[in-house]
Amino acid sequence: MKLTLKIWRQAGPEAKGKMVTYPLDGIDGDMSFLEMMDILNENLINQGEVPVEFDHDCREGICGSCNMMINGQPHGPQKLTTTCQLHMRKFNDGDTITIEPWRAAAFPVIKDLIVDRSSFDRIQQAGAYVSVNTSGNTQDANSIPIKKADADEAFHSATCIGCGACVAACKNASAMLFTSAKVSQYALLPQGEIEATDRVMNMVRQMDIEGFGNCTNTGACMIECPKGIKLENIARMNREYLKAETLG
Amino acid sequence: MSALVKSSLARKWVMALSGLFLVIFLTQHFVINITSVIAPDTFNEWSHFMGYNPLVQFVAQPILIGGLIIHFIMGIVLDFQNRKARPIKYAKFSGNSNSSWVSRNMIITGLVVLAFLGLHMYDFWVHEMTVKYINVQPEDATRYLPELKEKFVNPVRVGIYVVSFILLAMHLWHGFNSSFQSMGAKAVNQGDRLRKATYAWSVLIPAGFIFIALYHYFTHS
Repeated sequence: MKLTLKIWRQAGPEAKGKMVTYPLDGIDGDMSFLEMMDILNENLINQGEVPVEFDHDCREGICGSCNMMINGQPHGPQKLTTTCQLHMRKFNDGDTITIEPWRAAAFPVIKDLIVDRSSFDRIQQAGAYVSVNTSGNTQDANSIPIKKADADEAFHSATCIGCGACVAACKNASAMLFTSAKVSQYALLPQGEIEATDRVMNMVRQMDIEGFGNCTNTGACMIECPKGIKLENIARMNREYLKAETLG
Repeated sequence: MSALVKSSLARKWVMALSGLFLVIFLTQHFVINITSVIAPDTFNEWSHFMGYNPLVQFVAQPILIGGLIIHFIMGIVLDFQNRKARPIKYAKFSGNSNSSWVSRNMIITGLVVLAFLGLHMYDFWVHEMTVKYINVQPEDATRYLPELKEKFVNPVRVGIYVVSFILLAMHLWHGFNSSFQSMGAKAVNQGDRLRKATYAWSVLIPAGFIFIALYHYFTHS
């Protein structure tokens, strides 16, 4: 498979970036997208050029590191898939593939395709936890009865890997889907009730401080989310927030 | 309470509530206007009531104008903030693969509707103020239908009305349904009934306004 890659190159956070075109040959359909990037980088190294920096870790679709905007879609054209699980069979011989980093003020570019997503960490630190004493007398969570539907939904919300595809896909660079998934996974469980008010208030405040855009309900985040996190979470967060603001 | 005003979620609520208020107003406006086709005397009677009732004039009308201003200003502020949240645009962005054009371009349809409102206010509201407060003409409960018909003689004006209402329908298609999501309504996600109802309303009411404009254009003597 012969490809033409158009890749965002940026030497550092303050450097001016630009799209650079690379021809690439010998790509097999069974390769993953990241393996294709590895081959490109080997070629670049052999030619004495600086390889393209990109984030990756598990290459199993669970760490949320391999963030690339591929042909205008986060993680590429295959739904419910991270970039590392995307295979080159999704592309055709002769294709031109445009690869860019996530674009958001809250995700500044560190180098090439790597962005700083620590804003997500700070949102989580603001309230996405349950304070539990570890004295040895802590009640076993499994001994608390929870409706199966609620438990399932909480677990589904918890599958968010924080990759940032929701922000990348949103025309407003909004982080509502991510934040709401983290709010929901606790809001649905009795263990999360005690800190519910502070949690939603603090997390939304932090989300706003980080400079993410406003949600306008386009639904792009849900469509592009590799884990299928649903818009219901955003509606739930809106309810939680109103409840916290009005009832305390 | 201050956080409610400053936060991004509060801004969603403000947009949703002001939008729903305007949806109610639009429904009431349509009910009155359709009588110009099916019951002309009723149209004159109701228009006269709306034009001279002090509660409508000095309570409902300022609230309506306030709701409109809040909705438009907040929409423009949100759009400005959203552009700021992505200072560098993508070289390639496949928005159509994950969202509708209408949902991504509410500011465009909204600004067209705002421009149309300028024409609409000039056509009817400025005229009404002139009749009542500048020329101080005596009350005439029969003047409303002829005045309405006169506005729809000009095909260019009728064309502007038709195009504007099509764009209003597009704006409502996303906005009406979206307002329930913004307010955290479970029904939007758990069932299709509310969604379908908002879509039906978003098409039928603007289509009704277009019908009224075309009816008066084609039936004027």
